[in-house]
Amino acid sequence: MSDNTLNNLPGGFKGMSHDMGSDQTAFKGVQWGKVMMWIFLLSDTFIFSCFLISYMKGRASTVVDWPNTSEVFSLHVGDVPVPLLLIAIMTFVLITSSGTMALAVKYGYERNRKMCAWLILATAIGGLTFVGMQAFEWSKLIHEGVRPWENPFGAKQFGSFFFMITGFHGTHVSIGVIFLFIFARKTFRGDFDTGKRGFFTTMKSDYVAIEILGLYWHFVDLVWVFIFAFFYLW
Amino acid sequence: MDETQNTEQANSTHKIGIYLWIWGLLFVLSFFSYMVDWFAFQGLLRWSLILTFMFLKAGLIMAFFMHLFWERYALVNVLLWPMTAIACFIALMAAEAQYTVFTRAFYFFVGG
Repeated sequence: MSDNTLNNLPGGFKGMSHDMGSDQTAFKGVQWGKVMMWIFLLSDTFIFSCFLISYMKGRASTVVDWPNTSEVFSLHVGDVPVPLLLIAIMTFVLITSSGTMALAVKYGYERNRKMCAWLILATAIGGLTFVGMQAFEWSKLIHEGVRPWENPFGAKQFGSFFFMITGFHGTHVSIGVIFLFIFARKTFRGDFDTGKRGFFTTMKSDYVAIEILGLYWHFVDLVWVFIFAFFYLW
Repeated sequence: MDETQNTEQANSTHKIGIYLWIWGLLFVLSFFSYMVDWFAFQGLLRWSLILTFMFLKAGLIMAFFMHLFWERYALVNVLLWPMTAIACFIALMAAEAQYTVFTRAFYFFVGG
């Protein structure tokens, strides 16, 4: 399905009914691995939604005041407490790494091996920084006495939701960082130019793998957008 | 395999400018949402601003960084319609939370 053939198909909702009813590939112009990643991300969306919805329910139904996140997550610069400072830095680090990933995908498709590899490496380092700051945040809160079953700031449910939601997100980031390092090495080595066969598969490597990895990484950033809004800011 | 992949995947790349623009916008929107906390807006203003910046950021990431803007509707709709189920779930649990907090307050303060 070359670009021209795709352009000759009807677009919009008419195109959707055409694609779905074509008795062929439903998702035209999309490599199968990319569809699989999207479906995985959709299921992951449901998992994170369940966490955030249970957080909403827990927070809305407690008769004790919810901890003031603006104060709980403040950092002292000198003697002045700056609200949510660490969380703001974490947000900017994650968006930076999302941007470098988007550029890595672009340079990958342009078969610019070195640029692509360096940008993936930059993304991995950004992700690693994020996980490091999250570990700092966790240990700070644990020192202050926050536990899944109690905390000194307010409603008891706060701790369990905090560790569950940010922990699950942090796990996603960590897994992403591991894959980013692996793919940076593969790109530097030129696997995607020579079509070298992968470790788990007999199929030849292709730069579309960078886009699939990018989808996962952008999703991690996407989830953080919602966690930042609902858990930290609300 | 190389040929099938190349033919399946539309290999068009987009100009670097669009990525840099979206990147910049995401920084600005994140800065704005941090400012919501900085100036300690409260109540409806706070919630509406948080939601606006959140949806704008999520939309930009999905549309441009995840390339959904350029995908055909078959994929876009398969991904976005299930979200309505989540919206229903949110509405159901919001109602449930109101009921829970009512019964808690009733039995804690009035007694059973």
